[in-house]
Amino acid sequence: MHELALCQGLIELLVEQGRVHGFTEVRSVTLAIGALGHVDPEALAFCFDVVSEGTLAEGAVLTIERPDGTAHCVGCGSDVTLASRLDPCPRCGSSQLMVTGGQDMQLREMEVR
Amino acid sequence: MCGACGCSGQEDANTATGRGDARGRADRASDDATTDRVISLELDLLAKNDALAAANRRRLLAQRTLGLNLMSSPGAGKTTLLVATIEALVDRLPIGVVEGDQATNNDAARIRATGVSAIQVNTGQGCHLDARMIARALDHRIAPADGILFVENVGNLVCPAAFDLGEAAKVVVVSVTEGEDKPLKYPGMFAVADLVLVTKCDLLPHLRFDVDALVANARRARPDVEVLTVSAQTGAGIDAWLAWIERARARLRDGSPRPGRARAAADVVEEG
Repeated sequence: MHELALCQGLIELLVEQGRVHGFTEVRSVTLAIGALGHVDPEALAFCFDVVSEGTLAEGAVLTIERPDGTAHCVGCGSDVTLASRLDPCPRCGSSQLMVTGGQDMQLREMEVR
Repeated sequence: MCGACGCSGQEDANTATGRGDARGRADRASDDATTDRVISLELDLLAKNDALAAANRRRLLAQRTLGLNLMSSPGAGKTTLLVATIEALVDRLPIGVVEGDQATNNDAARIRATGVSAIQVNTGQGCHLDARMIARALDHRIAPADGILFVENVGNLVCPAAFDLGEAAKVVVVSVTEGEDKPLKYPGMFAVADLVLVTKCDLLPHLRFDVDALVANARRARPDVEVLTVSAQTGAGIDAWLAWIERARARLRDGSPRPGRARAAADVVEEG
C-alpha cells in the first residue's frame, strides 16, 4: 500500500505548488502513471480521496493517464511499446526486453484557483 | 498507514467516498472560469523521496561507503545471509546496518550480536523504507567511512521497489523454497535488481526447484541482471557474493556507483 505514501507525497507537492503559483484550491489533478510503474491506479485513486480530505485538493477530480511502457528488445534490436512488463517483444517474441520508459509517475496538470 | 514515512499531517481515515475514479473534465465547467487556471507541469510523484535519496547517495559517496539495499519477501533469509556476510567481512571492513521491519528489534539484535552497529527502523503500518528514514539513520552515523552500509528493507516484494534510498545497488534476495516464478509474480521488484541472490541453496537436494528456470524468469524482468546462488548455512557461494561486494566497492572508488547495466551474461555460481 505504498499508494497511500505516494498520495501523501502528491498532496505535499500540491501544497508546495500552491505556494509557488499562488493558489489555494485544486479543482482537478491529472497524473501520468506509466503502464510499467510501481503503482495500482485504482488504489491510487482510492487513496487520493482519503488523503486529500481537509486539504486544498479536497473534492478535486483525479484523472489518471496511462502512458505505454517502452522497451528495447535485446533479441531483435527494435524499440517497442509494452502494456505489461512481462509481455514478449511484439516484433520477434523475445522476452529479453530492456525497459526504457513508461515507469514514471508524474503530476502533469492542475486546474486551480 | 505509512505514517512512519514522515509524510506527517495526514490523518489516517478508514472511510472513503470513491470519488477518485478517473473521470473526464468536460462536465466541470467552472462557475467562475475567470479565476480558474490550468497549470501544466511534469513533476515526479516521488520527487521528494528521490531528492532525499540523492542527498543520501552524495553523503555515502563522500565518505566512500558502499550502500546496499537488500530486499525480499519475508523469510527469504536476508538476516541470516547478512549475519554470515558480516562475519566474513567484519575483521577487514567497518560495517553498519539499518534494519527495517514493521515491528520488533529482533533483527537488529541478531546483527548486533556480530559486533557491528545496527539501527532498527520500525515502520509501523508502513510497507517499505524510504529515503527520509535512511537520512535519519545516517544522521546517527550508522554508515562507516570506507566501509559498507547494509540496509535490510521491510520484507515485501512490491513497495520497496519504488523507493530509492540512495544505495549504490539493489540486491533482491529470493530463497529456493519460494518457487521459480517469483520474478514473474513480482516483475517490478526484479526489474530494479542489480543482483539477485538465491539463498538456502543447501536445501536444493530436498526440493524440486529449477535454479535455471528462476534465472531465466529473473532475466525476463531484467535481461542483464546478475544472479548468484548462496547458502549461509554451508557457506556455498559466499565467496562469489563477497567478490561481487568487492567489485561494487571498486566501482564506488572509481566514481561509478551503479553497477554496469550492459552485461550480456551474468555469473551463476552453482551450489557446492
